[in-house]
Amino acid sequence: MVTYIIRRLIWAVVMLTIVSIATFAIFFLVPRLAGATSESLAARYVGRTASAEQVKIAAEKLGFNDPLVVQYGRFAKGIVAGADYDYGPGVEHCPAPCFGYSFLTRLPVWPDLLNRLPVTISLAIGAAVIWVIAGVATGVLSALKRGSLFDRAAMGVALAGVSLPIFFTGIVSLVVFSYGNPFRITAPGGSFTPFEENPAMWAYNLILPWITLAFLYAAGYARLTRAGMLETMNEDYIRTARAKGLNERAVVVKHGLRGALTPILTIFGLDLGLLLGGAVLTESTYSLPGMGKYAIDAILAQDLPKVMGVTLVAAFFVVFANLIVDLLYAVVDPRVRLG
Amino acid sequence: MTAPMDVTGGDAQATPEAVVDASGGKAIQGRSLGQIAWMRLKRDKVALAGGLIVIFLILVAVFAPVIAGAFGQDPTQFNSDLIDSSTMAPKTGTGISADHLFGIEPVNGRDIFSRVVYGARISLLIAFLATLLSVVIGTLLGVTAGYFGGLVDSIISKTMDVFLAFPILVFAIALAGIVPDSAFGLTGDTLRVSLLVFIIGFFNWPYIGRIIRGQTLSLREREFVDAARSLGARGPYIIFRELLPNLVAPILVYATLLIPTNVLFEAALSFLGVGVRPPTPTWGGMLSDAVRFYTIPHFMFFPGMAIFITVLAFNLFGDGLRDALDPKAR
Repeated sequence: MVTYIIRRLIWAVVMLTIVSIATFAIFFLVPRLAGATSESLAARYVGRTASAEQVKIAAEKLGFNDPLVVQYGRFAKGIVAGADYDYGPGVEHCPAPCFGYSFLTRLPVWPDLLNRLPVTISLAIGAAVIWVIAGVATGVLSALKRGSLFDRAAMGVALAGVSLPIFFTGIVSLVVFSYGNPFRITAPGGSFTPFEENPAMWAYNLILPWITLAFLYAAGYARLTRAGMLETMNEDYIRTARAKGLNERAVVVKHGLRGALTPILTIFGLDLGLLLGGAVLTESTYSLPGMGKYAIDAILAQDLPKVMGVTLVAAFFVVFANLIVDLLYAVVDPRVRLG
Repeated sequence: MTAPMDVTGGDAQATPEAVVDASGGKAIQGRSLGQIAWMRLKRDKVALAGGLIVIFLILVAVFAPVIAGAFGQDPTQFNSDLIDSSTMAPKTGTGISADHLFGIEPVNGRDIFSRVVYGARISLLIAFLATLLSVVIGTLLGVTAGYFGGLVDSIISKTMDVFLAFPILVFAIALAGIVPDSAFGLTGDTLRVSLLVFIIGFFNWPYIGRIIRGQTLSLREREFVDAARSLGARGPYIIFRELLPNLVAPILVYATLLIPTNVLFEAALSFLGVGVRPPTPTWGGMLSDAVRFYTIPHFMFFPGMAIFITVLAFNLFGDGLRDALDPKAR
């Protein structure tokens, strides 16, 4: 078990390194391949008002003329130990973990992201609770009553659910349930109340995004759970469990569902990790000030350090989520061999 | 032990096609996997309906200029005369008329019907090409990993793990957002379409790759591969002549199921403003414009339903295809 955990930890570190290299490549290699020069890169950092001379100085001081390996080293060092950004008029310190420094807002990216994190976490966790319960329950019932009216109706709704883009259901939900009409059950998008401030307002503001987001995922999880249950309920160990006289409830929950849960857990880890890195579409649709909204706002403003920071943090979340899922595997599925 | 059976002797019994019913009835015909699949698919009315809608959508995309032209409409033409200048809404509320089947957009009065029709082009073009790219990369790497195993398999499998662990949407937005309007010798729609095809296709190949690798692992141990190998066939021959023909079914199924995912992906990128640039009509872009005009619901309804119907049709057809081609299905 210990060697397994150590091996997974090492792999997680390798993944983080690869992800940081890939992120770095996207922001420094791709623009160069697309024809950008050190100066045109630096111009994006110091803003459109800077003169050519200022841009040239900035490019030099930001080290855009150094070899890419050196630049990556400096970037990686910033995350671990912090960095100083000398962009011409002055030196700005960006404390560790330095995921970048925005020259447009004159602020390091990480504290910004920390502010946004509660919104994204609230959104992701709340929706996850709803979709796991709704999706898995629907899937199990559908599988047990295969071919019934309930099964067909649930799978029909689920198929429609996975075919609807969230930005469409999101806008429709806002038109129907918000914007000051008779069915109004929630505030218009854009408001977020921290949980510790007022739990009721927190839930009130998030209920619509939660349900919309959960519907999309619940649909997928119901389909997945149903398929998994249909397969495991035909396994020999289910017959053994029945033969030894266990009641049906224990057979379904303790043996059937437990076997079907492994692939769902994998997907859940990935999905939750991805959402924690920013539910870009949901946050944009409902104008929630989370990490995803931060990412898309930064992209539209061409504020590259911000985008790079949020991309990297998002990737870190996915890696951590995967790590936790792999460790949980051993607990959920007795068939998983460690070593 | 019993005596070994004579496996080379019974030439008449070995081929099912040649077996004739002793009572003189009709010959029992052998059926290929394709024929069995087609028979099952014909009985699956839901999947067939999905398939027909898919064909319809492809025709709409191909003949978009003809369809829009039949109503005398151009997707980028402004119709300011139909807009109420004080509210910016269409004068008749929706602007729906014989000329404008789906009404007109607020502010500039562009014809929604022709924009939805033209939107099918971008959506399907990007979805198909991106799927093709994913399938080519995924199949080649999946077969290679599954067939050769060992170090090659480890490297390819780990690469797939890394890809699956990427926050794909954020990366795609970042990539689509930082490439300038003129790059790699391309400009305009050509650049955006190629860029989106590359991004979507490049991030999705591991989904196909994983499945193909798994299938290859089980096919590799089958007798016909052993037979080919003992006859002196080498890696490339076995991969292309023995393994790939047997992988056509799963490739076809998962490609069909990847297309709707890619339609949603492209719509999402366009919705977020990093897709194909306006004024070229895209469904996602139309929805993103419609958000600001939520009091004019027909504006969001038509592009939204276009995405929904397209994705649903491909999903229905793909599910049916999978059931039809699955040898385990009852």
